[in-house]
Amino acid sequence: MSKLGDLGAKLYRGEVGYDFVGKRFVWYGVSILITITAIVALAVQGLNMGIEFKGGAVFTTPKTAVSVTAATEDAEKASGHQAIVQKLGNGTLRIQISSLDPAQANAVKTKLAADLKVPEAEINADLVGPSWGDQIANKAWTGLGIFMVLVVIYLAIAFEWRMAVAALIALIHDLTITVGVYALVGFEVTPGTVIGLLTILGYSLYDTVVVFDGLKEGSKDITKQTRYTFSEIANRSINGTLVRSINTTVVALLPVGALLFIGGGLLDAGMLNDISLSLFVGLAAGAYSSIFIATPLVVDLKEREPAMKALKKRVLAKRAAAAAKGESAEDEGFEGAGTPQVVAQGRAGRRR
Amino acid sequence: MAAPKKGRRPTGAQGRPGRALAIILIAMVALTAGMFLTKQTTPRLGIDLAGGTSITLKAKSEPGKPDAINETNMNTAVGIIERRVNGLGVSEAEVQTQGRDHIIVNIPKGTNEKQAREQVGTTAQLYFRPVLAFADGAPAAPEATPSPSASTSGAPKAEGSGKPSAPATPSSSATSQGRVLSEALKAPAATASPSPSASESKKADDKAPAPTPAPSGVEAAAADLQAKFAALDCTNEAQRAAAGKGVKPEDATVACGKRGDAWGKWILGPVGVSGTDVKDAKGQINPQTGQWIVTMQFTDKGADKFAKITGELATKQMPQNQFAIVLDGEVVSDPSVSQALTGGNAEISGGFTQQSAMDLGNMLSYGALPLTFQEDSVTTVTAALGGEQLKAGLIAGAIGLLLVVIYLLVYYRGLAFIAIVSLLVSAILTYTIMALLGKGIGFALNLPAVCGAIVAIGITADSFIVYFERIRDEIREGRTLRPAVERAWPRARRTILVSDFVSFLAAAVLFIVTVGKVQGFAFTLGLTTVLDVVVVFLFTKPIMTLMARTKFFSSGHPWSGLDPKRLGAKPPLRRSRRTGSGTGSVTAPVDVKEA
Repeated sequence: MSKLGDLGAKLYRGEVGYDFVGKRFVWYGVSILITITAIVALAVQGLNMGIEFKGGAVFTTPKTAVSVTAATEDAEKASGHQAIVQKLGNGTLRIQISSLDPAQANAVKTKLAADLKVPEAEINADLVGPSWGDQIANKAWTGLGIFMVLVVIYLAIAFEWRMAVAALIALIHDLTITVGVYALVGFEVTPGTVIGLLTILGYSLYDTVVVFDGLKEGSKDITKQTRYTFSEIANRSINGTLVRSINTTVVALLPVGALLFIGGGLLDAGMLNDISLSLFVGLAAGAYSSIFIATPLVVDLKEREPAMKALKKRVLAKRAAAAAKGESAEDEGFEGAGTPQVVAQGRAGRRR
Repeated sequence: MAAPKKGRRPTGAQGRPGRALAIILIAMVALTAGMFLTKQTTPRLGIDLAGGTSITLKAKSEPGKPDAINETNMNTAVGIIERRVNGLGVSEAEVQTQGRDHIIVNIPKGTNEKQAREQVGTTAQLYFRPVLAFADGAPAAPEATPSPSASTSGAPKAEGSGKPSAPATPSSSATSQGRVLSEALKAPAATASPSPSASESKKADDKAPAPTPAPSGVEAAAADLQAKFAALDCTNEAQRAAAGKGVKPEDATVACGKRGDAWGKWILGPVGVSGTDVKDAKGQINPQTGQWIVTMQFTDKGADKFAKITGELATKQMPQNQFAIVLDGEVVSDPSVSQALTGGNAEISGGFTQQSAMDLGNMLSYGALPLTFQEDSVTTVTAALGGEQLKAGLIAGAIGLLLVVIYLLVYYRGLAFIAIVSLLVSAILTYTIMALLGKGIGFALNLPAVCGAIVAIGITADSFIVYFERIRDEIREGRTLRPAVERAWPRARRTILVSDFVSFLAAAVLFIVTVGKVQGFAFTLGLTTVLDVVVVFLFTKPIMTLMARTKFFSSGHPWSGLDPKRLGAKPPLRRSRRTGSGTGSVTAPVDVKEA
């Protein structure tokens, strides 16, 4: 525990640190690999869409004493799909089962009749339309699109366009990974899943924004010093906010993990499982992407700027001169620039 | 940098924490009291957790439109019904198609079921038809009542004569004034009314031909219509329901409707504009007059049709310069027209209350169902997911909260208590507001929303972490606690605001764009985000300021979570270290520097 605290202090002072930015191509590679896997899985396996998207069958049974829980079990066993069972006011059961075509529906009907001990002829089977998929999911996609446009504008104003672009790429990255996991594992996509996915929107960006905020502060007045290049400063600010990022991610994942454990592991409760799984994957991906993808992307974009190129030249020239003189130039530089932040105490130069 | 000095100034920071804490305390007490006073001590649960009412609607095939019941139309209907039942609130009603021609509407327990059924059931086709004649709802005025059958039989003979309707007209135009007519048209209406009221045959004849040529030109049909009109008693529910039903859009018809509190009846021409031509409509206050109006926006096609019909109507006399908005055969409004309205935008004014303006706006924008429906069955349903899921969710939430608390305690020690109490404050605010909103806007907590609230634990705790880490960073810089708390705040505040704004933006966009479950969830997300900001500003920060004054925290007790030694801070050498080289410092082998 206290070790983590020490680590925090060391990270803050820049005594230790991981070269996130320098090794960025490794992480880009990892992300591209994961993304390709996700896309392939999506293309090959497809998503297992639930009743709300695909439609399904609704069975209405005659009045029965069978409990809702028992009927749910029977229905899921008979069909192999998720079932929603409701008791209606007159004592009959309404059983909704996803992804059934008429032929399957008949087989399930026969099984249900046997399990629930009611005459098969009295079970009424009807197909349910994919109203969710047609109506609401489309709107969720529209919302996603509008949100992305707005957030890019906002981030471009609050930070700068490079950060906005990087944040957007990171967000798409997170969503792709989450959807990919669903395709790979074959979990049923329900409204809960979509809702989980939409939560990731805000959360993934929350994390990214926290990291960018540190970067913005760290790189303030960057051109007034000649000690560090932009990528070094970016790396320092990632390390400086690393403890914060780890803590916020752990704290966000704990409740979701509990939901996943209780919902999926212990009670096999559908909806809880659906939401928490997509959230868990999305949050983890979001934390990863804000550190390993978003910030390095900003660096890649930023280092193309003439001002940054010039800075890099100056820094390198100075280092060469200092090396020739034997480290004597070390104390000058950034401290005079009046920014006491992350960059000021560091040894990034020395670490290299 | 001047900031540290500002932080050290004791007075500025001292007056405020008390005030902020008082505000949030009052808010909590008020919300809790409000919750008990309105007897809304638990949030209303959604249909997936609490069950509710299930309404099955069956699409009816229209005369002359055998192919109308198809997938597209059914889906359009589902969308419209969904928007209508969820209306302005977030009541979480579910609408889906079943089979070929059924729609199931599930409404959570505690919703105004009667109102919901009305909204679902009565939603049908919406048309704009020109008004050809108008009369009071009853077949005739008191003097005519003895022989309603006589006037019925008399009318055809009179061949389109306005006689039966004539006595009724004056009184109606008198009562209707200022209700549905636009304000601007009050005066012409008043001058127009005397002429029929004279009830002379000559005047009546003047009036009579007007209805006849307009509908179809077929005399017999017009006569038939006159007869129907004369016989129609709109105060009779059965007659009212039958009037105007099953009429083809291109035919003229009779219809009933309410004008204020009294019933009126109309002869209406063929449909000029249909409800599907309305793009959007809403009730709103006219900023100039302060009165409620309904604004309409038409589709391109609708705008052309509307311009044409209003152009024709504007040249006519009262009441034929009016058009009736007919919903499912019933006239809901009959505004008059003074000029051709081109450009696709129009506004109806005069005599609206907030409720009636909102209702009409709602009907106009969502009322244009492509099909007619009849209620097949209404039954109660049990929860789709059951209490078990809710229980599981709550257990998971408790475990999650416990884990977060343990993590915070282990990592932040004493500071964790501030975080935990802040979480508690946030929880109280969230719970009471959700409970109150159940009644206020029909907010229903479904399982996704419960999950959202659990996830919000982590997201709320994130704000504290951002702040705490900032404070610790400041302490690592060598500051003592009080200035560290003040100095860390502006930076943490900016980070929290920027990131919470992004979360809120996501929630707001989803809330506006989507409907149903997603909307309810987005609402929860937005609410918790706003409360996060409120709690951090009004509670966590002030408490932190107060705590910084206690010996436990300010001395950097090892259990306070702010032990400078443990944090690896530079020794508190104060100003003298400004120029010191720092290489010989005790705990931290690091360059010492100061702003």
